[in-house]
Amino acid sequence: MANLNVTIAGVEFQNPVIAASGTVGFGREFSEFYPLSVFGGISCKGITLKERPGNPPPRIAETPGGMLNSVGLQNPGVEHFIKEDLPWLRQQGTVVIANIAGNTPEDYCAMAEKLSDSSVDMIELNISCPNVKQGGVQFGTTCAGVEGITAAVRKHCRKPLMVKLSPNVADIGEMAAAAESAGADAISMINTLTGMRIDIKTRRPILRNNTGGLSGPAVFPVAVRMVRQAYKRVKIPIVGMGGVSTWSDAVEMMLAGASAVQIGTVLFRDPYAPVKIVEGLEQYLKENKIASVTELTGGMEEW
Amino acid sequence: MKKYDVRSCTILRKEKLTQDVYDFTVEAGPLADAAQPGQFAQIAVPGKTLRRPISVCEIDRARHTLRFVFQVRGEGTRILAGFEPGEALDILAPLGKGYDLGDTNRRVIFVGGGIGLPPLLAAAQPFGKNAILVAGFRTKSAVILKEDFEAAGCRVLLATDDGSLGRRGNAAELMQGLEFDEIFACGPLPMLRAVCRIAEERGVPCQVSLEERMACGIGACLGCAVKLRGPDGEEHYGHVCKDGPVFRSTQLFLT
Repeated sequence: MANLNVTIAGVEFQNPVIAASGTVGFGREFSEFYPLSVFGGISCKGITLKERPGNPPPRIAETPGGMLNSVGLQNPGVEHFIKEDLPWLRQQGTVVIANIAGNTPEDYCAMAEKLSDSSVDMIELNISCPNVKQGGVQFGTTCAGVEGITAAVRKHCRKPLMVKLSPNVADIGEMAAAAESAGADAISMINTLTGMRIDIKTRRPILRNNTGGLSGPAVFPVAVRMVRQAYKRVKIPIVGMGGVSTWSDAVEMMLAGASAVQIGTVLFRDPYAPVKIVEGLEQYLKENKIASVTELTGGMEEW
Repeated sequence: MKKYDVRSCTILRKEKLTQDVYDFTVEAGPLADAAQPGQFAQIAVPGKTLRRPISVCEIDRARHTLRFVFQVRGEGTRILAGFEPGEALDILAPLGKGYDLGDTNRRVIFVGGGIGLPPLLAAAQPFGKNAILVAGFRTKSAVILKEDFEAAGCRVLLATDDGSLGRRGNAAELMQGLEFDEIFACGPLPMLRAVCRIAEERGVPCQVSLEERMACGIGACLGCAVKLRGPDGEEHYGHVCKDGPVFRSTQLFLT
């Protein structure tokens, strides 16, 4: 049987399919469908130092091949997460990644401190949420910003640290290199692309926040290109995401350079997507006589 | 049965009720056994990224079927309307919190506007003759489900915007002079606002079903936010898919 295990920043995942932050909450709703151990890991809903109410509705708009969201980091805060959500999640047999967002470097550092003393397996630094004015995106769009926040958090973080990059930049390779040089153990990419839809009857944006983050199959080719760009610049592992919907998308993302994938929007249409992707990967490896899924990473050859 | 699940459900019956309202009955197996009045389903649309939330109109546990009555509003619902008997719909259900019916011997009133009527039918059926339906439509040709409420034994009062059937005006105006112990409502926001005000004035409980754009339908993505009043009066965002779609009027900021 093909080996689906991957190790990222010293953390072992039983398969390379991870739930993307913001798409399965803290896992409870999806545990109604199947044991959460079908996921290699779960990146939890983005958490902030204090509870956040999120943005006013409407928060969702469908787009061709995708969707826009402007949830705005609604979450119960880091203390609540550690006390109420983490103990339960810890028992589900999957890797737990805490995704953190903040207004200031101090926020991020305080959360990294608290979570370093918790049982999370990994911390994902969200410096790329496009839906809040102060959701870290101001740190994520310049090299100096990425380097500064990563270095600051690194000093307080005693867990493996993954930095989630924004696609809303000129050269994502530079951002990846900046995160690596500042001490990131891994990179995850891409967060959503900023977009807008307009209701032609009311002449107002559909989203109350005016703009939102675009995700889903529509962004997949952009994500593959960006993962490839980053792969050429850094040595640390990359977790690829952005429109990954099928096992073949997962293979493609890994060939571009990803060591694992995160899936998000597809879960809203098909909650059973992770089961199908894992099975499909296994079958693909078997048929192509590939012993380990890790052999796919970066396996593409450019023309 | 899980709390909710995905299932391929064969369409047993399809009818076109008005120019843009369709009526499907599907074989839903355990999804029908678990469904409650006021709950909804997320139906997958071929070629679309997101499912479409559609309220449950009728539940037949003996036959394991669910009935969905929906309006074509955009491309997604137009695609759904093109499905034919014998074909299968990919359905995630039953979702959300439905109506809390309580004692069905009480005299209650159902207030519906247009495409707001379908979720009220399953809730009204157990009340039978103890229920009055007041329903508002744009015009005579838009009237739906009148016979279904009558078949359940309910007294039906209609209003149309243009006066082509029943009283000219809106459904809330028909509530004047009627006696009831609780209100169940679903329809456009201005109607719900009027109904909640009437409930407050008369001091009767009121449950309303809301809609919002949603993605996951189960409470994970936090997309379908709605501002709610907590027990101490404090404001917070709840979610239509999980905390609703049916809410107590006292939880909402509609009036």
